[in-house]
Amino acid sequence: MTGADAIIKCLVNEGVEYVFGYPGVAIAPFFDSILESGIHSILVRQEQNAAHAASGYARISGKTGVVAVTSGPGATNLITGIATAFADSIPMVCITGQVNSKLMGSDVFQEADISGAVESFVKYSYILRDAADIPRVFKEAFMIASTGRKGPVLIDIPIDIQQANISRYVYPEDVKMRTYKPTVSGHAVQIKKVITALGKVKRPILCVGGGVHLSDGVAKVRAFAEKFGIPVVSTMMGLSAMPSDHPLYFGMVGNNGQQYGNRAMNESDMIIMVGARVADRSISQPDLITDNKILVHIDVDPAEIGKNAGPNVPLVGDISHIFTKFLEQEPAADYSAWVKVLEGYRNVGEHTRQKNIKDAIRQADPDGIHPATFIRALSLAMDENAVYVADVGQNQMWSCANAWIRSGRFLTSGGMGTMGYAVPAAMGAQVADPDRQVVAVCGDGGFQMTMMELATIRQQNIHAKIVVIKNGYLGLVRQYQHYSYKDRYSVVDLGSWPDLEKLTQAYGMDFIRVSRKEEQEKAIEDFLADSAPVLMEVDVAMELLS
Amino acid sequence: MKRIYSVLVENRAGVLCKVAGLFWRRCFNIDSLAVGETDDREVSHMIIVSSGDKKTLEQIEKQLNKKLDVIKVKTFDEHEAVSRELMLIKVKYNRDNRRDIMENCSIMGAQIIDMSKSLMTIQICDTPERVEMFLETFRTISIVELTRTGTIAVPKCTGTV
Repeated sequence: MTGADAIIKCLVNEGVEYVFGYPGVAIAPFFDSILESGIHSILVRQEQNAAHAASGYARISGKTGVVAVTSGPGATNLITGIATAFADSIPMVCITGQVNSKLMGSDVFQEADISGAVESFVKYSYILRDAADIPRVFKEAFMIASTGRKGPVLIDIPIDIQQANISRYVYPEDVKMRTYKPTVSGHAVQIKKVITALGKVKRPILCVGGGVHLSDGVAKVRAFAEKFGIPVVSTMMGLSAMPSDHPLYFGMVGNNGQQYGNRAMNESDMIIMVGARVADRSISQPDLITDNKILVHIDVDPAEIGKNAGPNVPLVGDISHIFTKFLEQEPAADYSAWVKVLEGYRNVGEHTRQKNIKDAIRQADPDGIHPATFIRALSLAMDENAVYVADVGQNQMWSCANAWIRSGRFLTSGGMGTMGYAVPAAMGAQVADPDRQVVAVCGDGGFQMTMMELATIRQQNIHAKIVVIKNGYLGLVRQYQHYSYKDRYSVVDLGSWPDLEKLTQAYGMDFIRVSRKEEQEKAIEDFLADSAPVLMEVDVAMELLS
Repeated sequence: MKRIYSVLVENRAGVLCKVAGLFWRRCFNIDSLAVGETDDREVSHMIIVSSGDKKTLEQIEKQLNKKLDVIKVKTFDEHEAVSRELMLIKVKYNRDNRRDIMENCSIMGAQIIDMSKSLMTIQICDTPERVEMFLETFRTISIVELTRTGTIAVPKCTGTV
């Protein structure tokens, strides 16, 4: 058995069904051995998208995404995808081919020090120097990627290690690492403290982050909010942990969030942060959130607690476990008066927001489409459990504020804000669950960063639906220049290219264009009913702000 | 504020780079760093002296613990530990200052370990403050070469760490 055979066997032992990748000489033995394995390899059109696809796959399947690319440029192209996954704590194992181990360090053709390059945004990395280590390293890598605070793990494998013969293959039952023992169960004393504090406060609020999805804690967190009657707000990564129409849900917080959500945070007397980093985009002044309130911070990563704000009650552990413990307790206080106040804020806030949207479109283009109303209508027409994948930019802000999510999922690149995430991530999500409706919503800037994946979508018969909200600009930067540089626009004009209709023809996809308000309903209906891969272009006025 | 981090790590290629990289990426200071094998060949011992505010010093410990090559992190203040630093200093001497240098060495317990007609190399092994104090006595003497190790430290036997 060769090293490459052993690697494939490890993947089979880990239950891997899909590998997103791009071959090259240094990873050729791997892609040779994969042929008869039953593992389906998906050839993307650029390596970065392999990582994004693996991310979408991991987030919908709950499994670890797997990527395999070649050495040198193959590996360096992957970097943005790895950094994106790291920022959002997505479990992923990235396999990179490497030049012959005897030549490493001598700058031969297609050699790049990939493990050195990604060091600050992988959870861990390996350079394999002995084929006998393959089973142990893969067992460790999958365990590290998928436990504790999840994240990408990179394994760099020189070609001679893939070609080497190994006489004995035993996949380890468990991992023996003296340096890695993530805390899973929350400390009983700290759990008690939270419940005791909840009995004394009047205006508590739960702020949910991406960790709630990652720990599979959505149902428990919802059940806890309902049992205790605690209102909930969400960070961008936490979106869809609460259904949009849940009476206890008060929107997204942060500088792109709802004003009433932020107000709820400010006026609360106790914040329970759950699986959120207290990062700059959601909490602009972390020092102040402990003023006059109790801050409870629940996270599986102890280093996140106290990094940006010092909590009164730190609680390290897996969210699923901690909320199971919370649910064993009985509520000792009633917060309905507080919820009533927040309902008032929400009603007024939503009313103002809708009015602003109407005013904006009346000024910009009275018969045109406002992305906010379009996204609301689209998401309401989508299947209840659909996956909505938002790209990055203005479209993302419109999506966060307006996508109506019921039992579905909302995916986006929250931490890194990587343009071009949506198309490949939607591709991965669709692979993970072929029967589920998946819709990617992009702007025309982000779409052009990864539109080469239309070929992968066609070739693999992936049933993705893509919306491109087109305003001919890098809208969010344009908006920033509008506010901060008094309309001095610099390098944000995309022109009108490409002709998306012709582009979809080239890829053999259906195409729908919509630009007038009265066509919107019919276009959405046609788009969602289409059984073929379809792209919808939504033309909107560049003046519209998110 | 100064803080000493006593870090046991896996003795593998690249680990020093990973730990140093962590300090660089997160903008933590390294005042000094000393690394060596322990009695267990698979384990290296790093002593890192860092400074910063309370929050930073706490983050350093947490981030070190997060590294998967780190086996154990202990932290302590200087007064809770016995610490040593080794300095080698090569100076030009002449008839006028030779006696002074020798006296200073003898007061501070430093040794002259190498010598030629005009040069001598002095070794001192002491606490970082006393090494610094000794160095001050060479202000008027021409230093040809100077090298010092980082601080190494162990918590005091009677301490609570």
